[in-house]
Amino acid sequence: MTRTLLTGNGAAAWGARLARADYLPAFPITPQTEIIETLARWIDMGEMDCRMATLESEHSMITAAGAAAATGVRVFTATSSQGLLYGMEMLYTVAGWRVPLVMINVSRGLAAPITLETDHNDILAARDSGFLQLHCATCQEVVDAVLLAYRLAEDPAVRLPVIVNLDGFHLSFTREPVELPDGDLADRFLPTFDPGPGEIRAGKPTSQAVAVLGGGPYSYFRYECHLAALAALEVHRRNVDEYAGLTGRRYDALECYRADDAEVVFVMLGSFATKAKAAVDQLRQAGRPVGLVRPRLLRPFPEADLRRALAGKVAVAVIDQNLSIGKGGVLHGEISGALHGVSGAPPVIASFIGGLGGRDITAEEFFEIAGQTARAAESGQVPPPRLLYTLHELAEMRKLQAIAHVERQEEVPGP
Amino acid sequence: MTETNPAGFEIRDYLRLDLMPHFMCPGCGHGIALRALLWAVHELGIEKDELAIVSGIGCSGRVGGYIDANTYHVTHGRPLAFATGLKLARPDLKVIVITGDGDCLAIGGNHLIHACRRNLDLTCLMLNNEVYGMTGGQVSPTTAETRLTTTTPAGNTEPAFDACQLAEAAGAGLVGREVTMQTPALRNLIKQGLEYPGFSFLEVISDCTEIYGRKNDLGESAEMVLSQKSDMRPEAYGNVADQPFRPNRLLTGVLARNERPEYGETYRRHADGVANGGKAGA
Repeated sequence: MTRTLLTGNGAAAWGARLARADYLPAFPITPQTEIIETLARWIDMGEMDCRMATLESEHSMITAAGAAAATGVRVFTATSSQGLLYGMEMLYTVAGWRVPLVMINVSRGLAAPITLETDHNDILAARDSGFLQLHCATCQEVVDAVLLAYRLAEDPAVRLPVIVNLDGFHLSFTREPVELPDGDLADRFLPTFDPGPGEIRAGKPTSQAVAVLGGGPYSYFRYECHLAALAALEVHRRNVDEYAGLTGRRYDALECYRADDAEVVFVMLGSFATKAKAAVDQLRQAGRPVGLVRPRLLRPFPEADLRRALAGKVAVAVIDQNLSIGKGGVLHGEISGALHGVSGAPPVIASFIGGLGGRDITAEEFFEIAGQTARAAESGQVPPPRLLYTLHELAEMRKLQAIAHVERQEEVPGP
Repeated sequence: MTETNPAGFEIRDYLRLDLMPHFMCPGCGHGIALRALLWAVHELGIEKDELAIVSGIGCSGRVGGYIDANTYHVTHGRPLAFATGLKLARPDLKVIVITGDGDCLAIGGNHLIHACRRNLDLTCLMLNNEVYGMTGGQVSPTTAETRLTTTTPAGNTEPAFDACQLAEAAGAGLVGREVTMQTPALRNLIKQGLEYPGFSFLEVISDCTEIYGRKNDLGESAEMVLSQKSDMRPEAYGNVADQPFRPNRLLTGVLARNERPEYGETYRRHADGVANGGKAGA
């Protein structure tokens, strides 16, 4: 093990290097670009045996990634936000090809308006594509997740591509101490990819990804994808055990922090959960039984684990760093669905939307979320979904609107 | 010296001064291109209300936002697609697309060839600085071979596009190229583009001093701009017999004219015909 300081992007590149990725199709986009730049440098300096191609768009990049993976080589690629959406057509297609590859998504809010900073609408748009999803909260988790992702993707029972998600800026550009597994250890955990009978051979031509007419074959293939994704739950559980044995680091489908004896539980994804953990510690010091559950694995959805972790709780506060326009928080819907009709399900599942476009979620806001959710449990009244937004922010917004000569009817509130 | 001291042209009249300071790096050629564009707009007497600027993503994409007119900052590679819809819906507007080598030739390359093919009355200003500047200096479709970028640390191995040849071959009505060093000539070229009733594709050779120049040891801004002089071959010397003695790679000025019908007019005539009893083009 080597202990070093790495950004989330650097950790992602190290993950690809330790996985001995063979092929890297690339296209730059903020805040992901550092990943492909780091790999380009290693490749051109002879430190990494990998072929790299700079494509003309993310659509071509994901196409190239899928096609290369279909030939039986280990493929790595990375994108973010608009790039992920531009390549969306190929996400469904490549997943349907049942080829394993690992793609990093560095989460960033979607246009319009244009932003560079993080939220999860990009990655959640890929939720139904057939790409499995691992969500990271620390730089250490990024490098480990890449290895776990390859192991999961390449498992003969799974054979689906995996996205490893990390938050732009908060993780991509933040340096943290990271323990890099030794190359030998990584090789032991992740041997050379054996594509099995799927490998393309000129002497044994096969047709892949053909068109089907009629819903019968189509339903069959899509459902096969679904079953493979569900099978990934058990495969991942075994992989996590093995990886923990090798490194001492455990990455269960759910991260449960002080959740066992908690009455109120925060549920959220990604790096902002580290702030929630800090808030949990402070709330605990103040005598409030609060905990955190953070899904690392979002697809396949660890439904049984979530039911176990949340059953019997007084209330759950789902904090969504995304907004499904016209519905609300995506994760809130998923958690509510998982707990519906389950005995001992928390009577209150409150929804909070925060951290959009890189907006911070402060400790005070976590305290307020915990307080409001506990009060809701006492009164039995589920509160309406709430956007985390301060009067000060609104006042600043009003100033911008004044510059843009936006006429508004209501009075400008003070901070 | 009227050209360098233009009477009545005050660039501040055309800029959104509340957005200053601008984001461009010291030495970036894009500001010169912006000045030449606004100078041309001024001399042609185009009203701001009649002017629509559409830009994509990248350093070039940010330039449009500083212009005090109707401006649209769209997604990566799509300004030509956006402008096509805009111009067909509002033929009264003067629509200018500001794009870059990455925006126009890589992710948006398909839109370029189809805009050329259609020959709709748009003016496309492609600011070519040979690199993806906004994301920190990655290889682009116009990066010259052997050049260093952050994604080609040992030198680029892919051949570069000649965007003007591409546009000409795809049928663009007017194709031209100019360097930022020759600002009055650039203004004149843009004026020709704006006056041309069809699709005009104008490549502006710009310089990325801070990222591309530094990485490739091309000197300070002044040196990079001066090097354009030795690189270019003005229109007057273009296709003449001394070509072997003037090996300069950049032909400048108006490089091609395809006299073709303007698509908006064709379309409206067709639509009117359909409305008047189904006789297209009647």
